[in-house]
Amino acid sequence: MGAPLLSVEALTMRFGGLIAVDALSFEARAGEITAVIGPNGAGKTTVFNCITGFYRPSEGVLRLTHGDAANFLLTSMPGHQITRRGKVARTFQNIRLFAGMTVLENLLVAQHNYLMPNVINGLLAVFGLGGHGRAERIAIEKAKLWMHATGLTARADDPAGSLPYGDQRRLEIARAMCTDPELLCLDEPAAGLNPRESDELSNLLVRIRDGRDVAGRSSILLIEHDMGVVMRISDHVVVLDHGRKISDGTPAEIRADPKVIAAYLGEGDEDEVAA
Amino acid sequence: MLRDAALSALVAFGLFGPMIGLKTEVGVAAIELIYRPIAVLIAVAAVFFGRLALLAWKSTRPVAKAAPGRIAGGMAYVGRYLTPIVLVLTITMPFYAERYWIDLGILVLTYVMLGWGLNIVVGLAGLLDLGYVAFYAVGAYSYALIAQNFGLGFWTCLPLAGILAAFWGVLLGFPVLRLRGDYLAIVTLAFGEIIRVVILNWASLTGGPNGMSGIPRPTLFGLVFNSGGGEGSFADFFGLEPSISHRVIFLFYVILGLALLTNWVSLRLRRLPLGRAWEALREDEIACRALGIDVTVTKLTAFAIGAAFAGFAGAFFATRQAFISPESFTFIESAIVLAIVVLGGLGSQLGVALAAIVMIGGGEMFRDFQEYRMLIFGGALVVVMVVRPRGFLSGRTPSVSLGTKRKIGADLMTEGHG
Repeated sequence: MGAPLLSVEALTMRFGGLIAVDALSFEARAGEITAVIGPNGAGKTTVFNCITGFYRPSEGVLRLTHGDAANFLLTSMPGHQITRRGKVARTFQNIRLFAGMTVLENLLVAQHNYLMPNVINGLLAVFGLGGHGRAERIAIEKAKLWMHATGLTARADDPAGSLPYGDQRRLEIARAMCTDPELLCLDEPAAGLNPRESDELSNLLVRIRDGRDVAGRSSILLIEHDMGVVMRISDHVVVLDHGRKISDGTPAEIRADPKVIAAYLGEGDEDEVAA
Repeated sequence: MLRDAALSALVAFGLFGPMIGLKTEVGVAAIELIYRPIAVLIAVAAVFFGRLALLAWKSTRPVAKAAPGRIAGGMAYVGRYLTPIVLVLTITMPFYAERYWIDLGILVLTYVMLGWGLNIVVGLAGLLDLGYVAFYAVGAYSYALIAQNFGLGFWTCLPLAGILAAFWGVLLGFPVLRLRGDYLAIVTLAFGEIIRVVILNWASLTGGPNGMSGIPRPTLFGLVFNSGGGEGSFADFFGLEPSISHRVIFLFYVILGLALLTNWVSLRLRRLPLGRAWEALREDEIACRALGIDVTVTKLTAFAIGAAFAGFAGAFFATRQAFISPESFTFIESAIVLAIVVLGGLGSQLGVALAAIVMIGGGEMFRDFQEYRMLIFGGALVVVMVVRPRGFLSGRTPSVSLGTKRKIGADLMTEGHG
């Protein structure tokens, strides 16, 4: 069992009178895949948006501890710093790629902070100063590794918007990984994938967790509706319903929890879970 | 089909009824209202049958959607050959053209430069700026004021004008960064007007509506251009017959150089992380944030660099005219520059240059048909936007590639929402 990477403490998010997330506490540990599941409207994406700085939580603490013991309070960091210094990367439920830019360009934009540490450096590059050429070569090499890991090498020069859906999903993960995250937050990465593609995705996520055959490793926080994927790859599952945590444990424990079955799994997906 | 045509005729009636049907004429005692029902009838009938003919023509044609990739490829092909031709024709222009054409060339090149500068803000970063002329004005007045108060020359003031304009760009950028799309457009529009109104009313500094005159002309390494010749003049140094056209030709090359500098910098930036971040920002701001890109700083640099080039152009404008007044910096200038960028195709350098030639050069040529000029332009704009909604030469070339670079069609690109 790894050290806690992200600890969510009494996170509450209110939108006017609506309580989307209610005093939620859980931990995501380093080197693990933590899945957050729950019926539609349970507040999963809201939790994600709080973690990645798109929402400022009404109450609660989000603490991130890197492997080198560097500590970050995500609740008091501006959005882009959460990725830059906190090393939290995310993907989106509805894919957000730079559709008019090529696969390679998408992966280079993700390495922006490496390529251009500050504006002065970015402007000096116009005159060929600041060692930009070397940084760009290294960035392209890294992009190549991730394209290879996600099977997109052949599409490197194609605009992202012209890729098939499954490729776009994988590209979004590759792009997030190009930011060198410690924690990769995936919002329904298997949505809309066929069974074969889901299998490939599960495989990719496990490889990212273990740092096997890929260019980097990261712990993963996952929102997913595809129970097949969740049960197969998760080390730890958190179940939400109506903004509250109703269960927390290993996939086997979750599967046996009557509260979970009542709230969520009891509604027609039993076969899939049992399988 | 008939219903559609009848509906169009009804709309036409609503529009033309008051506009064509009623005419005011100065009578003996007061203004008289004259009714013209026949003219309205003709206009409405023309719309009715025109619409009918259009629909009939459309129905006979199969719905053929040209492959966008092919169009983009074709445009890249045209661009490859057209760019050097246009460049050579421009550079050699003073050798074959008359004074009038060179003057026109200077005007067009000023707008090409403004277009390329605005293209950084609108085309690359996707920030709709309706007040671009404000930075042009800041550049022009910076040069005029510094030159008159501190006696500095054009070449010293040029970078200062650019820096001051960039500073104002950042100053405008800060409050408007949280705004997007239409809201951003409105605030930039207001900013453009504020600058003009301040210049107009701060008479003690800027001369107000009287403008500023006697702005020094540029020199070539200290050599002045004047019609009298004499010691230290360009004509004297090279042993030429003193002629005013030397200065015109010199100005032509100055603005050509400045425009090419703008082009070079923006082309270069496009391949660098900063330019790529601008384009990413145009495509999807939220994704940029999620990748750790500081959206504020990125937007500010786009504003500042775009404004700096407007400042350069403004300083050039001031030195060319030797006289500036707030009238040169009205909203219509912003609108023209924006129209050049949009018509040319957002993000396309050649497209912007061609659009500037057509809009400004064409405008000068249509001077004889003064009244119809705006009508023709309005019509041309509508036609271009119907036929090629993303501008003449839209689409983009990837900034980096592993294999061969293929042009990306405009259909995949996002124009940005501020």
